[in-house]
Amino acid sequence: MHDKSVAELARELESGKISSVELTRQFLGHLKQEDEQLNSFITITEDQALADAHAADEQRAAGKATPWTGVPFAHKDIFCTNGVATTCGSKMLANFVPPYDATVTENFRKAGAVCLGKTNMDEFAMGSSTESSHFGATTNPWGLGKGEKRVPGGSSGGSAAAVAARLVPAATATDTGGSIRQPSALCGVTGLKPTYGRVSRYGMIAFASSLDQGGTMARTAEDNALMLNVMAGFDPRDSTSLDRPVPDYTATLDEPLKGLRIGLPREYFAGDLNGAVEEEVRSAIREYEKLGATVKEVSLPHANLAIAAYYVIAPAEASANLSRFDGARYGYRCADPKDLLDMYTRTRAEGFGAEVKRRILVGTYALSAGYFDAYYLKAQKVRRLIQQDFIDAFREVDVLMSPTTPSPAFKQGEKSDDPVTMYLEDVFTVAINLAGIPAMSVPAGFVDGLPVGLQIIGDYFSEARLLNAAHQFQQVTDWHQREPQ
Amino acid sequence: MTISREDIEKVAVLARIRVDEAQVSALEKDLGNILDLVDQLSAADTDAVEPMAHPLNAVQRLRPDEVTETNQREAFQAIAPATENGLYLVPRVIE
Amino acid sequence: MQWDIVIGLEIHVQLATRTKIFSGSSTAYGAEPNTQANAVDLAMPGTLPVPNEQAFRYAVMFGLAVNAEIERRSVFERKNYFYPDLPKGYQTTQLERPIVGPGYVDIDLASGDTKRVRIHHAHLEEDAGKSLHEDFHGMTGIDLNRAGTPLIEVVTEPDMANADEAVACARKLHGIVTSLGICDGDMSQGSMRFDVNISLKPKGSETLGTRTETKNLNSFRFMEQAIAHEVERQMDILEEGGTIVQETRLYNGDRDESRSMRTKEEANDYRYFPCPDLLPVEIDDAFIDEARNSLPELPDARKTRFKEQYGLNDYDAGLLASDSKLAAFFEATAERGKDAKLASNWVQGEFSARLNAEEKSVADSPISGAQLGDLVVRIADNTISSAGAKKVFEALWSGENDNVDAIIDAKGLKQVSDTGELEKMVDEVLASMPDQVAQYQQESDPKKQKKMLGGFMGPLMKASKGQGNPKLFNEILVKKLGG
Repeated sequence: MHDKSVAELARELESGKISSVELTRQFLGHLKQEDEQLNSFITITEDQALADAHAADEQRAAGKATPWTGVPFAHKDIFCTNGVATTCGSKMLANFVPPYDATVTENFRKAGAVCLGKTNMDEFAMGSSTESSHFGATTNPWGLGKGEKRVPGGSSGGSAAAVAARLVPAATATDTGGSIRQPSALCGVTGLKPTYGRVSRYGMIAFASSLDQGGTMARTAEDNALMLNVMAGFDPRDSTSLDRPVPDYTATLDEPLKGLRIGLPREYFAGDLNGAVEEEVRSAIREYEKLGATVKEVSLPHANLAIAAYYVIAPAEASANLSRFDGARYGYRCADPKDLLDMYTRTRAEGFGAEVKRRILVGTYALSAGYFDAYYLKAQKVRRLIQQDFIDAFREVDVLMSPTTPSPAFKQGEKSDDPVTMYLEDVFTVAINLAGIPAMSVPAGFVDGLPVGLQIIGDYFSEARLLNAAHQFQQVTDWHQREPQ
Repeated sequence: MTISREDIEKVAVLARIRVDEAQVSALEKDLGNILDLVDQLSAADTDAVEPMAHPLNAVQRLRPDEVTETNQREAFQAIAPATENGLYLVPRVIE
Repeated sequence: MQWDIVIGLEIHVQLATRTKIFSGSSTAYGAEPNTQANAVDLAMPGTLPVPNEQAFRYAVMFGLAVNAEIERRSVFERKNYFYPDLPKGYQTTQLERPIVGPGYVDIDLASGDTKRVRIHHAHLEEDAGKSLHEDFHGMTGIDLNRAGTPLIEVVTEPDMANADEAVACARKLHGIVTSLGICDGDMSQGSMRFDVNISLKPKGSETLGTRTETKNLNSFRFMEQAIAHEVERQMDILEEGGTIVQETRLYNGDRDESRSMRTKEEANDYRYFPCPDLLPVEIDDAFIDEARNSLPELPDARKTRFKEQYGLNDYDAGLLASDSKLAAFFEATAERGKDAKLASNWVQGEFSARLNAEEKSVADSPISGAQLGDLVVRIADNTISSAGAKKVFEALWSGENDNVDAIIDAKGLKQVSDTGELEKMVDEVLASMPDQVAQYQQESDPKKQKKMLGGFMGPLMKASKGQGNPKLFNEILVKKLGG
């Protein structure tokens, strides 16, 4: 059963071949056994999952089932779950059990889905390898066959590894600079970062508020559509969520791609891009041509500035967003503080890991007197130039395609000592967050037995089109069905 | 762009993060490298460009002035490091 | 050396909304600690602000009342500093694009002139919680009920030249916000908090001196004292050749002392930047028009009306009109009491004095305007003397009885106004004082004569057991003695 997609599991449950309780038991058994190697979960909520499965079976018996009723899945440990530890991968929140749900959490609860637990992540979503988690690194299931410990990407590496290893058919994730797409690519799963404002951020622990967006991860595009159907929508508790209609994202999956205009940004096929990765991506694009799409080269002239702008704006916002972790009201407090300043400085020194502290300090510096104009304001201006590049490109084409990452999954420890090298993992993904547009990563081949991701970028609110393009590709390829050994 | 030890100590105070001597040296290198990376920004011509604070070209929605919250002090204080008589306790401010 | 004093005000006005500026928690005063502090107010992880429309409406109403420009597109910024009463580690406020732009108020001076004080801007922001430093085993207790209460911070230009002008401006703004109903104006509870910026410069000099900011002025009286105190302190320093340190000072009204406050953030680098959780707020014409149409009568208009409608002089009208609750009380008194001038005297005199003595606001008054009006009626129709009236007032205030006529009857305060009876008493008293009568009649100076009448009054009041109408006694005396 653990090989099946969300859509397939829903059909099994609907047919009555299996109950949600049985399904959940099977998944939990598999998960507990397999995750010892992967460490993709921080918390497994066995009792709660079984209780929810039981309730789901009753709901189904009462004729009130949704496509999600009784289907197991997992939440990234950044979404607040009422009564269940929500750590954000940090010592700071290791003991934090929120008495409230994130809107995303609430939506899945209402749909009757069965959450098996909370997945591992880079601390406060700051990272590209899921090595900075207080709860230990997650291992990419794809290297294990060769006896290698490779990173699953990050920050949503736990979700990506869990979906790739068939521990869950789907998992929620978040993406501030590539944290859905990059791990999706490195683990060979399908992930979608929606348009900024499409999914509520309420109860999703903030990293950089103007960039953060909750999204989906599953093996198929269809399952991503099913997830987005639950997650998307206006939330009066999030001032930045947008009040516009949510389509049924599964309704347009089967539309033909004939006439789809694909743009290939010249700047995303350059630089340190691994040649074998490029070859796999170009071959995927040829599949699209076979499906009737047309391809042309386009330019995003300010693409080379995206990393720089991102690494000012994201740390600046983070430096303020993370001020609330002060030891006063919840979370970690240092032992025996001698006065208030001591409580603040030791709580934050001990509670945050090295990368989080680096980003807070960089962000504080970028906002401080004398540097604000040169860093923060300048980065915001560059952000507009980057957005304008995309607006101009979408006048010519319907979607943009590129590699998701410059190279496949790297080995654990390979980049963790050098923040800047790690940052360059995001070279093809951060601009999308700066602009606020949606993008996906779709499995598109292998290099040395490691998955390669194709990034599909769309205009604002074009999630349905992206999912359609990904789904059609998955009808003629089987990269997304490959299973790590 | 290099960042001085004094700058690091200053921002550490602003950010309320204790850093010891050894950490300052490591941060000097790491933050220096990060700032070198972001210094690419200075090359961009942004003379006539409006700063962009937000990806959405939308305006703020306002909420009606109606009480929607109820007292949940017990639930919130159950996860607090220290409370007494309904107050959060923190160490004294030493002036 | 002669000095010019330069004063500007910063006023925090707590808006009388039902809920907080960014959450649906109640703002009711006096709740148990932290029972009105919910997920958003506590800055729980993942929570987000959603602004309260009423706070914007109130800010716009204030802007219109001080003749200011309303910013059509205002933006919230984060002001970053750590303090336990500030749960997010930043205050959400407005710096670059405040909701209320430049405006002004005109203040009445004791000289009878008016002076224009310019408003630099007013912005919306959230209040902090409260730190309680009582003994919690050497710890500080934090109550976050107040955290997130909407404030407007009003910043004036440094247009005031002495304490009287500063207090007049403060009273004026107090009158405006209470008349608008956007703030309860209670300074003792911190609903309205005044900070005073003061600097000195050599007389006639164009260059401003270094200023200090004095905080914690929870009454107009303390404000006046604090300004005098700070001016003197600065003058002493400057005349001894010293320099003023730019700092914030905390005034202790009970001791008439001030001390320098350590700044909350040593480096004082607040790192303002636009709050990414909030979008720009656009205020359109319809919103402004609606606010304009909902504006109640403001002190200036009320003053003009009081002069016309009640025939009050400029001073009395201005004073009564300045505070909406006092004005409403006066109008109730005058409506019932008919004699507006007498009503004005009693409201400003006995009534206000009593409130001040007991540190009460008009809202806490144990008597109503109508009751005082009943009293005014009985004074005007000579039923009671002014001495009797004070006794009635006392009985009303203490709650002994709430009916004016009942009190008059019970206390036997009714004046004798039967002229026949009074004439009889006058005849008897004059007959018993022939020397004084003769003296009076020989006196040619009418002023002295008038004074001498007082000599008969004592025996007359005694004869009438205090109930004779003094005015009538006076008339009868003049007639009998002169004839």
